[in-house]
Amino acid sequence: MRQPMNRLVSRTVVLEQADIDTDQIIPARFLTTTQREGLGRHCFADWRFDRQGQPNPEFALNRSENAGAAILVAGRNFGCGSSREHAPWALLDAGIQAVLAPSIADIFRNNALKNGLLALPVDEDLHARLVERQGHAVEIDLQQQRIVLDDGHSASFEIEPFVRRCLMEGVDDFDFLLARLPAIANFEGARAWTP
Amino acid sequence: MSARTLFDKLWDAHEVEPQAADRPAVLYIDLHLIHEVTSPQAFAELNRRGLSVRRPDRTYGTIDHSTPTLAAAPDGQRAWVTTEAEQQVEALRRNCRAHGIALEDWESEHRGIVHVMGPELGLTRPGMTIVCGDSHTSTHGAFGAIAFGIGTTEVGHVLATQCLLQRRPQTMAIEIEGELGPGVDAKDVVLHIIGQIGVGGGRGHAIEYRGSTVRAMSMEQRMTLCNMSIEAGARCGLVAPDQTTFDWMKGRRHAPEGDAWRRALYEWQQLVSDEDAVFDRVVRIDARDIRPTLTWGIHPGQVVAVDGHTPREPSFEENRGLRYMGFAAGDAVIGRPVQTVFVGSCTNGRLSDLRQAASLLRGRRIHPGVRMLVVPGSVQVKREAESEGLDRVFLEAGAEWREAGCSMCIAMNGDLVGAGELAVSTSNRNFEGRQGPGARTVLASPLTAAACALTGRITDPRDYLQEAAA
Ligand code: SF4
Repeated sequence: MRQPMNRLVSRTVVLEQADIDTDQIIPARFLTTTQREGLGRHCFADWRFDRQGQPNPEFALNRSENAGAAILVAGRNFGCGSSREHAPWALLDAGIQAVLAPSIADIFRNNALKNGLLALPVDEDLHARLVERQGHAVEIDLQQQRIVLDDGHSASFEIEPFVRRCLMEGVDDFDFLLARLPAIANFEGARAWTP
Repeated sequence: MSARTLFDKLWDAHEVEPQAADRPAVLYIDLHLIHEVTSPQAFAELNRRGLSVRRPDRTYGTIDHSTPTLAAAPDGQRAWVTTEAEQQVEALRRNCRAHGIALEDWESEHRGIVHVMGPELGLTRPGMTIVCGDSHTSTHGAFGAIAFGIGTTEVGHVLATQCLLQRRPQTMAIEIEGELGPGVDAKDVVLHIIGQIGVGGGRGHAIEYRGSTVRAMSMEQRMTLCNMSIEAGARCGLVAPDQTTFDWMKGRRHAPEGDAWRRALYEWQQLVSDEDAVFDRVVRIDARDIRPTLTWGIHPGQVVAVDGHTPREPSFEENRGLRYMGFAAGDAVIGRPVQTVFVGSCTNGRLSDLRQAASLLRGRRIHPGVRMLVVPGSVQVKREAESEGLDRVFLEAGAEWREAGCSMCIAMNGDLVGAGELAVSTSNRNFEGRQGPGARTVLASPLTAAACALTGRITDPRDYLQEAAA
């Protein structure tokens, strides 16, 4: 069972560009693992390190002032590309607990929320403010469904009620599905034609 | 009942429980394909919960992503990229054995890239819901199925319950009308579409490809089209089944036979959008506008016709793409030196694709500065290609002929494009480093890829077609 989550408060780190794909978040050569754990050190590997394996001091996640920031603010269409759940696993393992972007790719978003990584689309206005105030503290309040900046500005965000409830109660949807096994068996028995 | 789209008909037929304000729908899954990369953690979760696989008969496995494409040595040794990769395949083998799941392993004549194998064996059928822990599952929509990629947590859900919790996406019709010009194939069509609607253009939508151009396409071409739906951000892509589909299905290993075939055929014929069905979005494409198309940048929406130029006034994002690829604003793409050519993948690794590439290479040699890898999408594709002599065409042209697998499409098995090299690839993703750290990828059709291999430069394949006609 996951920890119930009501709110997250952290400083932000910004990766401004759009269309950050899952091959950047976790390059494919690290996907031969059979574990979920330990992927954080490969998160954004080709941006964080040069070919010799030396950290790139320019990259936002390497900069000392961003150490400990758990909210990633990114450009539109974050997480496009593959269905690899290694992407949210890697982000979480690297200490990122939320991604705020003007839009987020469907499969990534789904995978992220199932792992307790708050992948939330935010409107352009809020996004611009988040970029402007990078490094400042932000509160994500699941209860109120609001994002609050440290200058007092706040805005609501969309999240599916079912997903929100799972996050807040720390339950996962596996149990919800397992409870439907009788209905699933009925469905199978009642099909007129099976393709 | 009001008019419904094909997608809605398929969805309705698979709802165990409809969605409500406070919960998603419970959607039944007819076919679950699994491979080595995205399944081990799902089986671990099943074991942790003490659950078994509910429908091993609806689950089917293959090994494709991290498998070497060099033939095994006489002693059976294979060129695994790492022991971890070998162990990952061993884990799948163990899990399939433990749960009674069919697995197409090394010795199988049916092994292949999951999205090539499924249709080839007739596992993929019209009217189904199909999922796999792989985003290009959208390929199977070509048969008139709802087919989409899922994450590993959901792989666990389907293994245990044969169902998923899903919100119904919106629907989008992409209507393509007209005849394709010479040298223009399904790959050019789909790259053109992504260029039009953008890499996020399909987000939240299920796309139905329609119109005379689609009707005239072969199943292989429809698969290429649906395959890249995910590159437009769509949940899935599909094409209504028709006579082309039924002819293709007939006699496949898992296709129904006898009375079951006749019943299936009747049901399949119902799988069309009602004439007055309303789509949430409609996009119209004129096929005559489409030239051989390729990517110049770092995502599949950064496209240009082969005789076109990179953006003259690039945006911030486009500048990133130009810089990574070593292009300047307003550059012609034709003539750019090419070091690697890759023909293969679930997008363009089927027999028809290999035939296309071979048609240009027959009796010619590739440029000495080019390394060309041809990787069949499945063992069956490999066998058929060899029986037609295509392997010799490639080898005599100076290309490498490999064992079936994903290979350089995802470059996790050791088949890599070198840093800084320009690779023309028939695969589906040109993200930074997708084909190896620092590799630069240009996505193109098999015909364009072959033309580039011959000249060692980005080349308009129509040059060769005119030559043949002259
Ligand atoms: S060929 Fe490429 S895109 Fe297709 S399944 Fe393999 S890795 Fe994925």
